[in-house]
Amino acid sequence: MSSRERILGRVRRALADVPQDDTPYDQAIERGYLREHGERSVAKTVDLLAENLADYRAIVHRCTADDLAATIAGILAARGSKTVLVPPGLDAGWLAAADAEHVPDGSGSTPHELDRVDSVITACAVAIAETGTIVLDGSPDQGRRRITLVPDHHICVVRVPDQVVSSVPQALERLDPVRPSTWISGPSATSDIELDRVEGVHGPRTLEVVLVG
Amino acid sequence: MSGTFVGMPAFPKAAQRAVGNETLRGNLRHATHTIRAKRATAVSEVSDWAALREAGKQIKDHTLRHLDRYLEQLEASVTAAGGTVHWAADADEANRIVARLVRETGESEVVKVKSMATQEIGLNEALEAEGIRAYETDLAELIVQLGKDRPSHILVPAIHRNRGEIRDIFRSQMGEWGRPAPEGLTDTPAELAEAARLHLREKFLRAKVGISGANFMVAETGTLVVVESEGNGRMCLTLPETLISVVGIEKIVPTWRDLEVFLQTLPRSSTAERMNPYTSMWTGTADEDGPRTFHLVLLDNGRTDTLADEVGRQALRCIRCSACLNVCPVYERAGGHAYGSVYPGPIGAILSPQLRGTASEIDASLPYASSLCGACYEVCPVAIDIPEVLVHLRERVVEGGQVTREGNKVVLQPAKGHAAERAAMRAARWAFTHPGALRTGQRLASRTRRLHPRSLPGPGRAWSGTRDLPPVPPEPFRDWWQRTHGGEDVK
Ligand code: SF4
Repeated sequence: MSSRERILGRVRRALADVPQDDTPYDQAIERGYLREHGERSVAKTVDLLAENLADYRAIVHRCTADDLAATIAGILAARGSKTVLVPPGLDAGWLAAADAEHVPDGSGSTPHELDRVDSVITACAVAIAETGTIVLDGSPDQGRRRITLVPDHHICVVRVPDQVVSSVPQALERLDPVRPSTWISGPSATSDIELDRVEGVHGPRTLEVVLVG
Repeated sequence: MSGTFVGMPAFPKAAQRAVGNETLRGNLRHATHTIRAKRATAVSEVSDWAALREAGKQIKDHTLRHLDRYLEQLEASVTAAGGTVHWAADADEANRIVARLVRETGESEVVKVKSMATQEIGLNEALEAEGIRAYETDLAELIVQLGKDRPSHILVPAIHRNRGEIRDIFRSQMGEWGRPAPEGLTDTPAELAEAARLHLREKFLRAKVGISGANFMVAETGTLVVVESEGNGRMCLTLPETLISVVGIEKIVPTWRDLEVFLQTLPRSSTAERMNPYTSMWTGTADEDGPRTFHLVLLDNGRTDTLADEVGRQALRCIRCSACLNVCPVYERAGGHAYGSVYPGPIGAILSPQLRGTASEIDASLPYASSLCGACYEVCPVAIDIPEVLVHLRERVVEGGQVTREGNKVVLQPAKGHAAERAAMRAARWAFTHPGALRTGQRLASRTRRLHPRSLPGPGRAWSGTRDLPPVPPEPFRDWWQRTHGGEDVK
């Protein structure tokens, strides 16, 4: 007997007490919980996102679409970044004013090459106000998961209010399970040493989020 | 289950030793109280907590009641998404499968993201025996691995170590495993974290094989979910060419939508954050993004035996948030090592004796490692009635009865020579000789009075059917005495 058969057989015997006509999935779970917490205007939801992002030590910038290129150029200049990693589908206009050399992300680039880049810039799929989370789903303007992981500085552009939802349930509704996704809430952090919080153990130590709209 | 720590004394003895260790007790008290207070704040932000907790419980219960169907569905969807599914009945089989998969890649080292399932089966040791070196990459796990130590908490496994000890371990051990610690390393947490970053980055960038566990698996879509903070998880899940995930069969949720419940309750219960810094989700393999080969090893190792116990089954709902550890007066004083398994604290006290059986002295004593105060039940985000299962397991240890071991029904003899009563008495004596523990237990018991059952669960139901259980008094005697006798302690 294969282990598959053995395990499934054990499961079935273990569940001998469960009746054939047990309550089906759609009726077994009471979803009495909320779709979002509190009632807010769209503007207030964006404010809440900014507040929660900052609370998790992301640096938050707000600007209009016209100012976006200048804002991004300013962020890169302030950091002294000489190179910036660019996913294939990023809006070229976003980097129009930046001096840093563009490094296109190609499937050929090795982790060591990514490690030598100063900054990375991406868009996002959705942002969650209640938790201060940005979600990337690997779309062409966000690139592969590794590019937002290895460089030490990540700039993420969120289009407000279109890409902002209030809550986790609303975010999941917008995402496609087939695409690999990365949920990011602030820079990487650890509290493993005497519970003192330290930022940036392995992921980027600095996360800058630009809310544009 | 091969997870019993070799040479481990039974709980009361191990606890007694731990209680005498001042550093350990100080660290633990600080940690559990800090996390506990933060968690309460994080939970109070969510007005529908009770409804989320109930939904989480129902989703998990429903899944467990139809686990065969969901396992088959998961296998089909992972396969359709480009992954390969393996089934492992026990620890040895899981270890053999993983070792073979690693050997087939031609590699002799792997990077690992913290996983309780692989700790449970002793994977690192099994790989070592095959000449494969497994590098733990979670900062706390790294501290534990370099210090040739055991984890003592689910969430903060090195909580028993303070910064000076960590610096010493890094200084003396890092060089043996790869990049040595920087010259003149001090004990500030930021410097220690930086040393770990440099030491591990070298390994991440060259690693060809990653090994992980998973927090959730979605049957409907074949998606796996890993929740973490440091980014070492993302490194292991996305940089290597081959990814092997070893996951207990109970970690399934039926649908994508179900994640909306657990992604709200897990971070708040666990690290007391609105959301943990990183969550990764992947479905099989993706073109040019992440590993090209993905293997999922589904692990039984005592889980189907636990499933066969109608009272104990609920322990499989556990999402490993560790909230129950942080409120437990016994854990706070005894520390994680005393439980003699990778699952410490209240959840360990009910999970380990079910996964491993109660044949050993440590497993027979674990159901007594509790004051039954009920605090663990109150914080549990999937509402596992830990006290109910503890009482049930105590009865099983003392009276014997029918249980399932490795899929077969066997009749358990009452513990020989009253070993269980002995264990219980020793546990009781330990509590009584440590009045602090006892008092905390009693106070919590008073405060959680309304949650206490009026009748006994399981086989005890017949006995309590015609009798009322003695109610827990609204205030412990000691507190009443103190309040009414001018603060004099009870002699
Ligand atoms: S038993 Fe409940 S509280 Fe304890 S770790 Fe599991 S889910 Fe968390």
